[in-house]
Amino acid sequence: MAEIFPDKAIMYEDEIPGGAHWSMLMRKGTTLHLIDKVGGVNVGMLFYNPTDKLERYNAPDTLKCQHTFKLTKGHCLYSDMGRIFCSIIDDSVGWHDTVGGNLTDANMKKKWAVKTYQEQRNDWTISGEHGFLVELAKHGLNQRDMSANLNWFSRMFADDEGNLNFDSANSKAGDYVDLRFEMDTLVLFHTCPHPLNSATDYPKKTLIYQVRKAAPVADDDFCMNSRPENQRGFQNNAIYHLQGGQ
Amino acid sequence: MIKVSPRHADNTIYAKTIDAGDYWMHVVEQGQTLRILDLEGNQAADTLFYNAHDVVERYSAIDTIREQRNVYLTAGSDLISNHGNVLLEIIADTCGRHDTLGGACATESNTVRYALEKKCMHACRDSWLLAVAEYPEFDMNKRDITHNINFFMNVPVTEEGGLTFEDGISDAGKYVELTAKMDVIALVSNCPQLNNPCNAYNPTPIEVLIWDQ
Repeated sequence: MAEIFPDKAIMYEDEIPGGAHWSMLMRKGTTLHLIDKVGGVNVGMLFYNPTDKLERYNAPDTLKCQHTFKLTKGHCLYSDMGRIFCSIIDDSVGWHDTVGGNLTDANMKKKWAVKTYQEQRNDWTISGEHGFLVELAKHGLNQRDMSANLNWFSRMFADDEGNLNFDSANSKAGDYVDLRFEMDTLVLFHTCPHPLNSATDYPKKTLIYQVRKAAPVADDDFCMNSRPENQRGFQNNAIYHLQGGQ
Repeated sequence: MIKVSPRHADNTIYAKTIDAGDYWMHVVEQGQTLRILDLEGNQAADTLFYNAHDVVERYSAIDTIREQRNVYLTAGSDLISNHGNVLLEIIADTCGRHDTLGGACATESNTVRYALEKKCMHACRDSWLLAVAEYPEFDMNKRDITHNINFFMNVPVTEEGGLTFEDGISDAGKYVELTAKMDVIALVSNCPQLNNPCNAYNPTPIEVLIWDQ
């Protein structure tokens, strides 16, 4: 249930059921705390600059700038314009995916029995693809704008030959990841399963999310100083903000 | 996987040398085979593909990686679109491994990777942006510049979740060949990067060749 506490540390808290989608604006200087309520949730997510939606989350730049395949505490999530949408300031999981992509409608229908809205009402099965298409359209965007997404709480790892495996026990009930926004960001997200999830039935896992005010970024900030690249990313944000960017 | 091609350069229908820092945008018809040739070694050919009749359908790195359950591209890899269709198949490869995780260089990502002062150095994304501006008939813009293939680049993923940029495993004369499964637009940037040791700080020409079959 949504709760609003504008004067408290947690300003807003809400739950999203599994297999659902939403979008919202996150302001610079706030945090988005994502909590896996029952274990095994996957949260697909995309970022856009609300004032110039051509600026969007760029997974390859995020990975190559930090020489990483996984995402965890200390990593920054980059736009295609060399700026940081948000930093991962805390993480109880240790590995989040941004390479596995999105559950397409065709793959969902191949993998799981479809529950229609006519028969099941809001307990129906939707794909991450349809979830993103709806949220993109709310903001004047479409499938041409749908780039590689984040899959919070999911882990896909490669062996020496590059072969991929999906970890079905990566996240437990109560696990969390905390994102501090370094610029205003339009956040699109869904709770549809990771495309490599091999559960027998379409898994529906609830997400809790909380919005808080962030502490100011200190000179010794862990994310900013985790790599020289991130120091330069923060400099790019600083230039953007002094020129009036939010 | 190393797989040598039986094709000979004397019966191509098209051949063009692309200098470092230039782009090449060209329709490859269904059934035709495209070879990208690393003329001098360790060059990166940053490549995107689109359905020539509907550019909303385009190469998708994440769908390609996931459907083949492997992060590297080589002979036998199908290049999958965002609609789940096969755009092209890699049918020959004398390099053995190509990257599709690292994306392309851009002036902005160069500021993060190297130095803020390097923002005006030429980059692949600038070449692509000029390409879509100079080919208005394809009706594309920055939204369509998505996550690419880096032919001849070696970017190993470790089991612990690291991403490393190794010296190239390509060499002068190595090539990759792809057969188009539908009419596709190929958009190649011959990478101008001067800051990455992978090309010994010396970007060099590549050649593209097309056979009718």
